[in-house]
Amino acid sequence: MIGAVYCPTSLEALWPLLADGAHVLAGGTDLLVAKRGPASCAVALLEGIGELAGISEGDGLIRLGAMASHATLARHPLVRQHLAVLALALETLGSPPIRAMGTLGGNIATASPAGDTLPALLALNARLELASAKGRRVVPLADFLLGPGRTALAAGEIIAAVVVAPPAPAALQHFEKIGRRDALAIAVASLAAVIATDAAGTVTEARLAVGSLAPTARRLPAAEAALTGQRLNRESLTRAAAAIREAVSPMTDVRASAAYRRQAAGNLLLRLTPQP
Amino acid sequence: MSATIRLQLTLNGVATSLDVRPGRRAIDVLRDDLGLTAAKESCGSGECGACSILVNGEVRLSCLMLAAQLDGKDVVTAEGLGTAAAPHPVQAAFAAHGAVQCGYCTPGMTVAAVDLLARQPDPDREQVRRALSGNLCRCTGYGKIVDAVLAAAKTMAEEKS
Repeated sequence: MIGAVYCPTSLEALWPLLADGAHVLAGGTDLLVAKRGPASCAVALLEGIGELAGISEGDGLIRLGAMASHATLARHPLVRQHLAVLALALETLGSPPIRAMGTLGGNIATASPAGDTLPALLALNARLELASAKGRRVVPLADFLLGPGRTALAAGEIIAAVVVAPPAPAALQHFEKIGRRDALAIAVASLAAVIATDAAGTVTEARLAVGSLAPTARRLPAAEAALTGQRLNRESLTRAAAAIREAVSPMTDVRASAAYRRQAAGNLLLRLTPQP
Repeated sequence: MSATIRLQLTLNGVATSLDVRPGRRAIDVLRDDLGLTAAKESCGSGECGACSILVNGEVRLSCLMLAAQLDGKDVVTAEGLGTAAAPHPVQAAFAAHGAVQCGYCTPGMTVAAVDLLARQPDPDREQVRRALSGNLCRCTGYGKIVDAVLAAAKTMAEEKS
């Protein structure tokens, strides 16, 4: 249960609350489920800190405030135009009310192996801007995710923003999630891809990431290497799909078996096969 | 136990002020303190939509909100959409199309439908299905609920013109 509730309106007012042990409450869709037990905990709401919610563009980078909701991001022109892989992931996340309440920073900090935004952000080479009373630091998302629910966030530190360099306009951006049902489904397996090609159709850079197939969402360097320098066709994708199946370490749980997840992980990449 | 705070909000169109512990859930304040029992707790974890309310015009899950988060907001529960004597077009359409069986999901469904029709007055079937995808119904099979929302959209468009 929740005891004291603090509503700071600036980061300066937030730091002493965190030093006193208050939990950070962003959208609440994970924290308030986790804190339903009898133990009382104090929370500090981030919703009153305006600077955490902005979405902006500058110096060739797009900055997504950690408190931007999934719904806000999914309909934002910068996301729709430049970060299609993230927009696709956001559209599959939870349900309309969850998307209206949940935040990008919250999805990252929860660090679920199945977090829907995580493969998309990994495929975008996203970096996180972390803030604390001591100042700011920037950490690649790939280095931030340490295990299920475990991150590199230090005590007293929050995610302030996600910073992404938009892929080339012609790059292929793709996200697909397999769930037990269409809506409100935790991913059984998911794949995000950002693939740049030259004028001749040869892959110059492939960035692939998966969810629900390892203890954290993760990139797939061997599968990326299998595509680089190739044309995107059935043969190259089949080789890369085999590399994906080799790289992942899925588990069996109530949603699917490890064997199913491994097979599906590769199949998700084959969706990119050009239609004749 | 922590001290109470004074909440000031607009609740179903009426300026309301009440003293609550800030860490209580919004749904408990609505149901237990204010007697507004349309919003239901079913799953308590964001998976069913039975507790849906409108906060500043957008659908929210009142079981995943704290009382403190209602302060200063415009809050509408299904009670605020309409009454039995003067139902909202969405509520009237639910009754007319047999979209209610046990009724447990109905307040959340109607709130989600009103949220959709405010943003998208002329939705197609798929858009209605997507907009209601956070609301579970275990009785109807959803077909009549979608019919009702589409019919309500038509009625509301006619009332406007």
